[in-house]
Amino acid sequence: MADVSLAALAAQVFTGLVLGGIFVLLAIGLSLIFGLMTVVNFSHGALYMLGAYFGFVLLTRTGSFLAALVLAPLLVGVLGLAIERFLIRPLYGRSPDDPLLLTFGLSLVIVEVARLIWGKIGLTLDPPRALGGAVNLGFTYFPTYRLFVIGVTALVLVGLWLFLEKTNVGLVIRAGSRDPLMVRALGFDVGRIWFLVFGIGAGLAGLAGILAGPMRGAYAEMGVTIIIESFVVVVVGGMGSLVGAVVSGLLIGQVVSLTTFFAPKLAEIVVFITMAIVLLLRPSGLFGEAGLLE
Amino acid sequence: MNALAAWAGRHSVLCFFVVFAVFPWVVPYKALATQVLIYGLFALGFNLLYGYTGLLSFGSAAYWGLGAYGTGIALAKLKVTSLWLALGIGLGAALLGGAVVGFFCLRRRGIYFAMLTLAFAQLLYFSGFHLADWTGGDDGLRGITVPPAGLFGLHLSLDRSVAFYYFTLAVVGLAVAVLKRILDSPFGAVLQAIRENTDRAIACGYDIARIKHLSFVFYALFCGLAGALDALRLTVVPIESLHWSTSGQVVIMTLLGGAGTFFGPFVGAGAFLVLEDLISARTESWPLAIGLIFMAFVLFLPKGIWGTLIGGFHGR
Repeated sequence: MADVSLAALAAQVFTGLVLGGIFVLLAIGLSLIFGLMTVVNFSHGALYMLGAYFGFVLLTRTGSFLAALVLAPLLVGVLGLAIERFLIRPLYGRSPDDPLLLTFGLSLVIVEVARLIWGKIGLTLDPPRALGGAVNLGFTYFPTYRLFVIGVTALVLVGLWLFLEKTNVGLVIRAGSRDPLMVRALGFDVGRIWFLVFGIGAGLAGLAGILAGPMRGAYAEMGVTIIIESFVVVVVGGMGSLVGAVVSGLLIGQVVSLTTFFAPKLAEIVVFITMAIVLLLRPSGLFGEAGLLE
Repeated sequence: MNALAAWAGRHSVLCFFVVFAVFPWVVPYKALATQVLIYGLFALGFNLLYGYTGLLSFGSAAYWGLGAYGTGIALAKLKVTSLWLALGIGLGAALLGGAVVGFFCLRRRGIYFAMLTLAFAQLLYFSGFHLADWTGGDDGLRGITVPPAGLFGLHLSLDRSVAFYYFTLAVVGLAVAVLKRILDSPFGAVLQAIRENTDRAIACGYDIARIKHLSFVFYALFCGLAGALDALRLTVVPIESLHWSTSGQVVIMTLLGGAGTFFGPFVGAGAFLVLEDLISARTESWPLAIGLIFMAFVLFLPKGIWGTLIGGFHGR
């Protein structure tokens, strides 16, 4: 009995890792965009949903999951570029509330358009055959596809870290989040960096969407709950802190997953209770600097 | 127009009563008129926080829902026979919620605030969902009977829609008068100082944290009263009362009408409800339409309908 529950517990920890990975991808996009542009992208959840639907369309058209996995985030990223160029850019210089309000309206529009195109009933996405089945981890069997999700998330995070730390563009992005005025004074086009970063953030949301698709299916409202949870992840991690987004995403993934195991009724609430506790003890979040970007 | 607006500004409560006394007789049906009053009050509360104090809340559903469930549970479960007591219990629930959540959310400034209010409203939504013994859960709270409104020994039955409309008008009008009093007080002036320049308001020596918290509590009370009235109007409290889409609705209404203007919320609520009525009759994609309209307002008409008409509210 003890063995069985221990194995089940371990499986639950892995499930939490998968969920945490999805949170991290979403929160990093939100946090990047926020850290650099002080814009909260309310449509992030809708972009996540589009990632799953684009993945579905690409998968049925090309038959290749790999093609869908690469192309869907790219398409969502391009859409993100368009959103920045035509909707967010006119709002720079206005209250930071305005982009939040605008992307809130945009998320209503995107969700409704998705409903019109793909219907009200959710679609299922099949993982590729090579990733079907389960792997023996020694203590439990775990779905191969979920391990794949953990792997892809880790790879993307390392890639993103290398991009931000080791490339010149990454350097300018980091500088821009510290002091945009100084970066501009040094002759860099801050507008182009913002444009790029919004695209990257949107692409990461799209990636999270297509990765989640085979586990949760694709449906128009799928982004709504998770975007609010991702907000919580960002707040807990510390706004604009990428390390914070990773740590807090994984932490909240575990908290949700383990609560689902021990007290399923509390699973939806525990995210917010965690947030309240962190806010009480450390108002700027786990890795946030007090007063930054307020 | 400006002279008229200036006169209306001085006698806004009187204007409110005059306009809404005849309102149900000029709109196609009275049910819509009652809804405009209640949602207008909801938007009025949101506007106090956003339009006047400069704090954008995405969690108004929490206080609307607390008011609705508080009053609804008092009437349906606790079998309270006094209408005023039931309304008071709804207000008390909203007050408590506003005081507690405000304490947490106001620990962070700026854009954090919007996300935190949304998160706490979600917490309440899921709680309402699981406390089905009290809230009816997914099915909504049913079995609300509206007792007659006792006043100076008179018992006014609210069964007829006209009677309920004028009862609502009296309550909402009272709330409007209270809001007018709040905004005209030194406290109201400090609220607007916080909106215009928080740092300067701090430098002037005002206890910003306490004033913001008080403003949040007032906001919760107005939203709660609106929710409580809606529970009486529908005689049922749907779980959607606590849903984030309710919070979004009041944001849209207020910005359509004009944030930071006194009558904007009522204009916005009216415009929203009439549009919803017209568009829903023709297409199922009402959210698409209102989403596009709202985006156009944020981009091109940030002062809203009423704000643009009176040309006031000089930027933020």
